[in-house]
Amino acid sequence: MKQFIIGLALAFTCFSYSQDCTFTFLGELSDFHDGTLISSATIYIKEIDKYVVSDFDGKFKIENLCNGTITLTISHVGCETKTVSFLIENDMFKKIYLEHHLEELNEVTVNSNLKTESTSVERSINKSVIDNYSDKSLGDALNTISGVSSLNTGNTIVKPMIHGLHSSRLLIINNNVRQFDQDWGDEHAPNIDLNSSNRIEVIKGANTLRYGSDAIGGLILIRPKKYIAIDSLFGSSIVALNSNGRGGIVNSELVKTYESGYYGKIQASYKQFGDFKAPDYYLTNSGLKNLNGSFNFGYNSFEKGFDAYYSLVHNELAILKSSHIGNVNDLVNAINSDEPIVADDFSYDIDYPRQDILHHLAKIEAYKRFKGLGKLTLQYDLQINRRKEFDLRRGDLADTPVIDLRLFTNTFQPNLRIDYFSNLKIDTGILLRFQQNDAISGTGTSALIPDYEKYDGGLYAIGSYNLNDTSEISAGVRYDYTNINSEGRNDEADWKGTFNNLSTNVSYVKQFNNNLSFNVNYGLASRVPNPSELFSNGLHHGAARFETGSLDLNKEIAHKFIASLERNNENFGFSISPYYNYINDYIQLIPTGITTTVRGAFPVWEYNQVNAQIFGVDLDINKKISQKITYNGSISLLQGDNKTDKIALINMPATNFYNSISYKNEDLNQLTLSLNHKTVLQQKRYPDYNFYTYNATLQEDVYVDISSTPSSYSLFSFNSSIELKAFKKGNLKLEFNVENIFNTSYRDYLNRLRYYADELGRNFNLKIKINY
Amino acid sequence: MKNLQSIKTIKLLALLFISSLTIVSCSSDDDGDDHDHEEELITTVTYELTNGTDIVTLEFQDVDGDGSALPTYTISGPLMANTIYTGEIELLNETEDPAEDITEEVEEEGDEHEFFITSSISDIVVTKTDVDEDGNPIGITSTLETGDAATGTLTIILKHEPTKPNDGTSEGAGGSTDVEVTFDIEVQ
Repeated sequence: MKQFIIGLALAFTCFSYSQDCTFTFLGELSDFHDGTLISSATIYIKEIDKYVVSDFDGKFKIENLCNGTITLTISHVGCETKTVSFLIENDMFKKIYLEHHLEELNEVTVNSNLKTESTSVERSINKSVIDNYSDKSLGDALNTISGVSSLNTGNTIVKPMIHGLHSSRLLIINNNVRQFDQDWGDEHAPNIDLNSSNRIEVIKGANTLRYGSDAIGGLILIRPKKYIAIDSLFGSSIVALNSNGRGGIVNSELVKTYESGYYGKIQASYKQFGDFKAPDYYLTNSGLKNLNGSFNFGYNSFEKGFDAYYSLVHNELAILKSSHIGNVNDLVNAINSDEPIVADDFSYDIDYPRQDILHHLAKIEAYKRFKGLGKLTLQYDLQINRRKEFDLRRGDLADTPVIDLRLFTNTFQPNLRIDYFSNLKIDTGILLRFQQNDAISGTGTSALIPDYEKYDGGLYAIGSYNLNDTSEISAGVRYDYTNINSEGRNDEADWKGTFNNLSTNVSYVKQFNNNLSFNVNYGLASRVPNPSELFSNGLHHGAARFETGSLDLNKEIAHKFIASLERNNENFGFSISPYYNYINDYIQLIPTGITTTVRGAFPVWEYNQVNAQIFGVDLDINKKISQKITYNGSISLLQGDNKTDKIALINMPATNFYNSISYKNEDLNQLTLSLNHKTVLQQKRYPDYNFYTYNATLQEDVYVDISSTPSSYSLFSFNSSIELKAFKKGNLKLEFNVENIFNTSYRDYLNRLRYYADELGRNFNLKIKINY
Repeated sequence: MKNLQSIKTIKLLALLFISSLTIVSCSSDDDGDDHDHEEELITTVTYELTNGTDIVTLEFQDVDGDGSALPTYTISGPLMANTIYTGEIELLNETEDPAEDITEEVEEEGDEHEFFITSSISDIVVTKTDVDEDGNPIGITSTLETGDAATGTLTIILKHEPTKPNDGTSEGAGGSTDVEVTFDIEVQ
């Protein structure tokens, strides 16, 4: 009866505004990929507030339409709801395609266990963990993942390490852009603002060929958030304060989304710390200043979209004063002294030695889907990295950097994902990259890395095939061509190098009942020697060593096998993943002799190549003890061997394990309390590169112990947080944390400044996060 | 219309890539010669000891700096026993023309530098005779008093940013070593 009245009213409306309401619209719904007709979809016609349902042949009919626009909202189980408009001037027939795959939609759900590559061995951290580390670095946040450690220079320069490998053996993919920020040096940390990301994934295998052929150690994917197409404006701000370093961070972000699919985001953060404190003394000159900003905007719909992104990272990092030494005798003094040679009172000053790094990253990406084929994505990105390093110098040069390098990289990479077939997915694409290094003149030193130009071209194809509902196999192949033209150092002849790389991977995943899954994967990766390995030649002041690169280095070729048995379950879950990595022509930097200069004696470190193997196992466990109490634990075991010389590999992480017990009460403002423990055992397997040097003032040979490793240590930390409904449309999260509760003095083997000072002491941390 | 837009985007991307290549190719090497010479290099260390007309010079020279050529040590002659010499240190960068006098820079920044002169011959006593703005020794000028005849070594160390005042030893002073050279000497 009611419908009849509405219908009558509508008819009346039609009559009153138009004479011509006799048109018929005929529609046919089918799947975008395979053309299957979609029945039982609901079609809502906005203008006449009416619903129709598609029949068995995917067809539907709307009659008695007037001249004008109609807007249809089509929904179907398992499909993305789609809204389309048509201008009706005649009878009309239209084919409408719906997206039947849920994959794209899943990307907007936060905190899911989805993987980038379903067949890869992968771990991730989500936004809430990232927020916990908002005032720390990328390396610190990733350190929470089993099998991931970090190579540090002091406490502010933190390089992530996966299964003992770091720097150019890891690909860091920031916002789908491969980060190029002179990552070849041990003391060059990635210039990435953690706060601009939403999710970070670590892929431990040498697969994911889409991003490069040289991921010998693995990949780190830093992902932004995808936004749902609704009209909304929201944001969040974090303020964090720390007792150690007497500093913190302020970060804010604001997001605007539109129902039409357009979105925009702006984010900025500022971080500052003064001198940090070890339990017994201040670490003079260990502070930092950090200013970051990013914005992106774009348009997202199923069929097409684009994204433009820009980020700026400006890091000023102080390096421990006591680590600036002149020669081997200074190094011996530092090693033999329990306390750093300089330990002044607290200060915010960033004095010498220090680094000043500016990193620009810009990207534009566009995609379009083609019916019966797949999705074509085009991406162009550009990065400029300017690195200045300042050392203690005399006279007019005091404020002139000793290193001043500008690295420009730009890349164009189209990718085609063919998802037309129901069981097979193919990704194929090419990559064109041009990179230029410019050693800025005026430093008054010969450049560490000479000017060079590098051209890369790559071609890849990866296929994933669903064998059945529970298992999938994936295989890929990639070819890369690299050409380097470099100026000679110190009047030497110019140098040209050409490399051809072939890489491949095969992986298999099988799902069982009880959330259990099994993964196995093999990757062949090869890496071209990086500029520092090729060109270095000179005194590395901070490290008191003379470093010599070699133009005769071959590429590294790695075979990595990794398997994983996982149970993804809230009540009791685990993951066991053993791996084995064999690397042919592994490039390492080791001491080989002594040279005498006006500053006295220096050890000479040379790059050489050996065959190496790294193997180990990562184990993770989570168990719900009661409704409110959860246990998490992990252990990482690793061994690295230099097969050529039959000794251990240098700088390999020692066995470490982690335990955490947390209590969460959702009824009490989401109160969370957790107690965490971490132990790092002493690395007993290390190569002995110790040597003797003559000390002129003591009139005797002294032993230079650069190889021995620091003792084991255990650290405890406490975290707590509550969420308050502070105002109508937002909430407030308060956190209070204590790190290194017992103020333990310790040193870590993987810290390059371990000879000079202890690691950080106790820290009280207060964080306020507001979502609005 | 919408198709047209995506074609436009693709075109724009291609254009960006090509233009950036061109820009970079053009700007390549705009700063010309990158081989800056080592401006703060010390190639030569001379310690001149004078007693009236008796002049003994100890000279260390390493003209290619950190390069492969080995440094040379030149000692003009033996020191006389039981004699007081006045000593003066000179530091030069001979890769520049004319040679740059680094001693002047050390003198200007006297509060950030200090020389330490030690000998394996225990009779030799070196006393620094100059002071910085805070009244602490620098060591560019000194007196050297010899004892009985002996042979041994003499080491000159220059520390940058040592602790000042200090206990008189280079170990105790800390800082980073800018110069450390050792001469074989004879007292007769």
